[in-house]
Amino acid sequence: MTSVVTRATSVSKARAVGSVRRPRRTKRGALLGLVAWIFGLIFVTPVLWMILTSFHSETSAATNPPSLFAPLTLDGYANFFGANTGASPWPALINSAQASIISTLLVLALSIPAAYALSIRPVRKWSDVMFFFLTTKMLPMVAGLLPIYLIAKATGLLDSIILLVILYTSMNLPIAVWMMRSFLSEIPVEILEAASIDGANLLTIFRRIIIPISGPGIAATSLICFIFSWNELLFASVLTSTQAITAPVFLTSFVTSQGLFLAKVCAAAVAVSFPVLVAGFAAQDKLVQGLSLGAVK
Amino acid sequence: MFKHSRARRLLTGASMVAVAAVALSGCAAGGSSSSANKVVNVLMVNNPQMVDLQKLTAANFTKQTGIKVNYTLLPENDLRAKASQEFSSQAGQYDVATLSNYEVPSYAKNGWLTSLSGTVAADKTFDQADILPAMAKSLTSNGQIYAEPFYGESSFLMYRKDVFAQAGVTMPSNPTWQQVADLAAKVDGVVPGMKGICLRGQPGWGQIFAPLTTVVNTFGGTWFNKDWSAGVNSPAFEEATNFYVNLVKAHGEAGAAQSGYTECLNNLQQGKVAMWYDSTAAEGTLEAQGSPVAGKIGYVAAPVVKTANSGWLYTWAFAVQKAGKNQTAAAKFIEWASSKEYENLVGKTLGWSRVPADKRTSTFNNPDYQKSAAAFYKQTQTAIESVDPANPGVQPRPAPGIQFVAIPEFADMATQVSQDVSSAIAGKETVAQALAKGQALAQKVGDKYKK
Repeated sequence: MTSVVTRATSVSKARAVGSVRRPRRTKRGALLGLVAWIFGLIFVTPVLWMILTSFHSETSAATNPPSLFAPLTLDGYANFFGANTGASPWPALINSAQASIISTLLVLALSIPAAYALSIRPVRKWSDVMFFFLTTKMLPMVAGLLPIYLIAKATGLLDSIILLVILYTSMNLPIAVWMMRSFLSEIPVEILEAASIDGANLLTIFRRIIIPISGPGIAATSLICFIFSWNELLFASVLTSTQAITAPVFLTSFVTSQGLFLAKVCAAAVAVSFPVLVAGFAAQDKLVQGLSLGAVK
Repeated sequence: MFKHSRARRLLTGASMVAVAAVALSGCAAGGSSSSANKVVNVLMVNNPQMVDLQKLTAANFTKQTGIKVNYTLLPENDLRAKASQEFSSQAGQYDVATLSNYEVPSYAKNGWLTSLSGTVAADKTFDQADILPAMAKSLTSNGQIYAEPFYGESSFLMYRKDVFAQAGVTMPSNPTWQQVADLAAKVDGVVPGMKGICLRGQPGWGQIFAPLTTVVNTFGGTWFNKDWSAGVNSPAFEEATNFYVNLVKAHGEAGAAQSGYTECLNNLQQGKVAMWYDSTAAEGTLEAQGSPVAGKIGYVAAPVVKTANSGWLYTWAFAVQKAGKNQTAAAKFIEWASSKEYENLVGKTLGWSRVPADKRTSTFNNPDYQKSAAAFYKQTQTAIESVDPANPGVQPRPAPGIQFVAIPEFADMATQVSQDVSSAIAGKETVAQALAKGQALAQKVGDKYKK
């Protein structure tokens, strides 16, 4: 009887505590939610503004203070697709897609085995190797620009997709190795050992176990490499001219020092961002899973 | 052993992916070399006249000659960086580029350009004699023509005729800077929210120092004297800069320290300023169909103090890179793009207000152009014909140039000085402080040429 009463008391106490805490938690949650919304809006507002401006005429886009309710037009997009300029964006978009997709595939092909050798079957001094990968990102990219330009000129690779693929692969490889290592470390070794005991060879283990389990991680890594390659401007603007010009370089061609260009540039920026946004939305679930997997680690 | 063979298989697989990918991209990257001599790669500044050229090329030039033209359009600063990188390394990626009369003499001196004297300039239908003499001279080095102008510009003063009438004031046809300052004070605020004048305050040798150097010239100042001694902190240079900074601070546009050509163009179009001293190239946009100020703008000569005139001279011109692979096709392209025939084509298809003008005498005499540009063509012609790049001020100069000094070091030096002058407009330092720093920079450059 006594124990029942004690239990009941403790339950009611717990309820009382719970009833006191719950509103506090809710308040804090609401506050955090509000802060998250504010930050979200701060990040999204410029993008929304860019999209809105892309549907305005040049004169409306240039007004100060900016006009929210100016008449909408598709002139900016028509201009991007060459209606008023005679310049098609397709070669630049295709070049960007080629350089980004091929370099991302190469990065994956190289980073997954490398990450395996640094996590599941770590090589000797693997932490030094990881640090070495990191050091390659410490040199400011612009410092390598002139030597790369001269090498590309000497080897006849200027203005070619091959050069961009090589550069983007080497630029993204260290990040990919770090990311993939953190994802592969999550895979319990016992599963791999069990597969080995069942007679699976390395390729089978990769194909049937490692790649399916680290799928979200691979998706996250691919997307990040793709985005970095797609958005790269510095090297592309210096190393390409007419044959291998990429979308970000094409985008800058709408800026002029004589006349209005804000609406045109916004429309071009929206169009150029579109493939990345689509890829991001398509891989949203995998991306969140992948990034949180790495974060937990 | 077993492990090694598996690793080798993996490695082989990865290599195959890499090779396939590179091969694929190689296919995509390769241009067709068989038709290479029928292709001209052109690097251009992204100004409206160049966009028109890009639009008209395929249906006209390519159709007539079979020569395909690949254009790369870049904003002005990016173009300068790219052209400098391309021409200095003689990379040969571009056959033709738009260069200004600031770059052409030094590029020619360095042997980066192909002379056009024996090709384009010798062609009778091109009519080299029709090119305005001052402009042709600014693109000539050692007696050889190295570039042909696409369009030219000088500077003049633009003002709102309706606002001046409302304020009961009149603009003289050849104003002095003091008259302009007085008028700016009188029209400032006549229309609520409208300031007296717009003057560039944005840092950059091609921004604030384009108009400011012409003001310095007419006040009697100079960047360098004949013996290359710097004159940046001379009384005349300081007086001119103080005048400019005080005028823009007292009656100039809002955010003057960040205002360049585009911002001032917006300000005049949107009724935020009553006057603007800048390039004659603005006339096309201001008088274009749909412009809110079309027909309301008056144009008068660049204001003066001690000189008879003070307009600048600038041109975007086509030059051929010496390492360019298609020299003949490049020359043919320039013959077409800088020709009278092309001006007529633009006039007939896009309208005479969009003609890349102000480079040929014949354009000013063309009745169609005169009709379309009635508001400004006479003033533009007078401005361009009156300039003398060899002698723009009151003292002899060591190098040609009106709003610049035609030496490669000028761009960096003037850009650095402009940052301080822009700070003076923003009230962060005084003009004397800004120019004292500028003098030290300029003297370093001058000393190199003294030796």
